[in-house]
Amino acid sequence: MSTTSIIWIIVGCALVTWLPRIIPFIFVRNVKLPEVVLKWLSFIPICILSALVVENLLDTNGSFVTLDWPVFAAFIPTVIVAIRTKSLSTTVIVGVISMAAIRFFV
Amino acid sequence: MNSHTETMDKVGFHEEDSFLQGIKDCIPTLLGYISIGLAFGVVGSASGLKLFEIALLTILVYAGSAQFIFCALILSGTPASAIIFTIFIVNLRHFLMSLTLAPNFTNYSVIRNIGFGTLLTDETFGVAITKIMRTKKISGKWMDGLNITAYLVWIASCIAGAFLGQWIAHPEKWGLDFALTAMFVALLILQLASVGKTKLAKNLLLIGLIALCMYVFSYFMPSHLAVLISTIVVATVGVVIDR
Repeated sequence: MSTTSIIWIIVGCALVTWLPRIIPFIFVRNVKLPEVVLKWLSFIPICILSALVVENLLDTNGSFVTLDWPVFAAFIPTVIVAIRTKSLSTTVIVGVISMAAIRFFV
Repeated sequence: MNSHTETMDKVGFHEEDSFLQGIKDCIPTLLGYISIGLAFGVVGSASGLKLFEIALLTILVYAGSAQFIFCALILSGTPASAIIFTIFIVNLRHFLMSLTLAPNFTNYSVIRNIGFGTLLTDETFGVAITKIMRTKKISGKWMDGLNITAYLVWIASCIAGAFLGQWIAHPEKWGLDFALTAMFVALLILQLASVGKTKLAKNLLLIGLIALCMYVFSYFMPSHLAVLISTIVVATVGVVIDR
């Protein structure tokens, strides 16, 4: 992809990221979101994060969708460390080391 | 109240709300920004982004998970419209966070409020909402101190990572591509921890549904679309079963 098109995509992403960040700060005095919309939004983080994790665990290259076994093998220690430490940085470091070890030995 | 206590209170109040205190209150989150920022810079250059593009993305979008997803989508040749829509959906959670924080800043000007919103992240939201719960009040200067510190450290870390990435030819050999997945795992676990034990069973059910949707949808559509549709479907299911 060319640099120019990447720059335009970045600008587009910046705009759609910026607007939801600032709109409540501008309009909070006047508008109130319906309860059901707020409820729906409250489920978005967990849903999208788990969808992104699952996306990385699936191997869609074959005729059947299967688990990507090396990635799944690194996923297990990563989940355990995330639950134990609740730390972003520790989880990322352990995850990367696990993945590197699996790629080295397998 | 005697005059001594009164002076102490005023001094205490002033320090508690200062720009400098905002910087200090940001420090515990900096290790997170630095390690993820470095990882992002490395992943970004591994995805074929130029240093300039990494810097621009970091400065303009300023959202950890969205920046990683951007790289993944660019790498898989996703069309521009799908990338922008995905980033919109991924960052829509900020809307909810802004909505939660904004009522505490209604006595500041619109321009100041736009400033608070522009630099809002998961981490600064977490620190700010904790501060509001603890002291029942929050000042604009303190918020700016917190926000600007986080922003500058994030930019510096991402660019440092991009430099580092130029010398790491095959990041996947070092497991660095997994940094992305690992970060999502950690963010997911943090989310689960923050919603509390009473809702854990229901959230685990939703995660199970996501896994099922992702598996089925992956037969019919590209994975980034499966992520979006699974999220929309399962969040709706969440609302329905919550009644």
